[in-house]
Amino acid sequence: MENILQIIGIQNYIYLATILFCIGVFGVLYRRNAIIMFMSIEIMLNAVNLLFVAFSTYHQDAEGQVFVFFSMAVAAAEVAVGLAILVSIYRNLHSIDVDKLKNLKG
Amino acid sequence: MTLIIFYILSAVTLGTALLTIISKNPIHSAIYLVISFFSIAGHYLMFNAQFLAVVHIIVYSGAIMVLFLFTIMLMNLNEEEEPHKSALSKIAAVISFCLLCFVMLAVFVKAQPQIIDYDISGEDFQSIKLLGKVLLNEYMLPFEFASVLLLVSMIGAVLLSKKEKAKI
Repeated sequence: MENILQIIGIQNYIYLATILFCIGVFGVLYRRNAIIMFMSIEIMLNAVNLLFVAFSTYHQDAEGQVFVFFSMAVAAAEVAVGLAILVSIYRNLHSIDVDKLKNLKG
Repeated sequence: MTLIIFYILSAVTLGTALLTIISKNPIHSAIYLVISFFSIAGHYLMFNAQFLAVVHIIVYSGAIMVLFLFTIMLMNLNEEEEPHKSALSKIAAVISFCLLCFVMLAVFVKAQPQIIDYDISGEDFQSIKLLGKVLLNEYMLPFEFASVLLLVSMIGAVLLSKKEKAKI
């Protein structure tokens, strides 16, 4: 079985994951709609997962993929709780603009 | 051939990820995010990681996106009502994005990982059979903790989104 990294090279995957992660950071900074911010966090998690799989193939080892599996479980839990928090914020404020959440601001 | 597929998939991933953030309508963002997730599953398939590709499609494109879409519909956000962020903070976000991209790419380009050849051990390391064995032997305890985590998050989500009784 041939190794895909021989054709593509691991550095291309590193660049791809880096740019994807930066796009996620950009989303958190650029928008203030809380749902879009959650989506950006998902993009960042996916960039890291992609790099995990790339290095798992690079080392010919299964443990990287096991870690991706756990990180997917954590991401699913995080999204469920986060969206529930968003719904209850929306119920109280009638908006999900993160700039309006400043009750704790001195 | 493989290289061309890789470039197309990467372009789709990056483009739809950017469109997710740029587009005004949250529903369009969610659709673009689904396309981005599918292309990442395509990357997993190119690595021949079948288990992860299937789980990725089920968990992300299935469960998480349904959750997002239902939340968007619940909040009834499909009309444009988001107040505009000040131009200054948008410009600052773009500048910091460019700088972060530049710095991280420069680091990885300059680092020049010392990779001359990729070894092929020949043994199976990513079939579903072997992953199941690894997951249930070496990683038995974390696997059980993941199930506890999912249970706790499910209870938490139900409790958080329950309607409160009439407040004082």
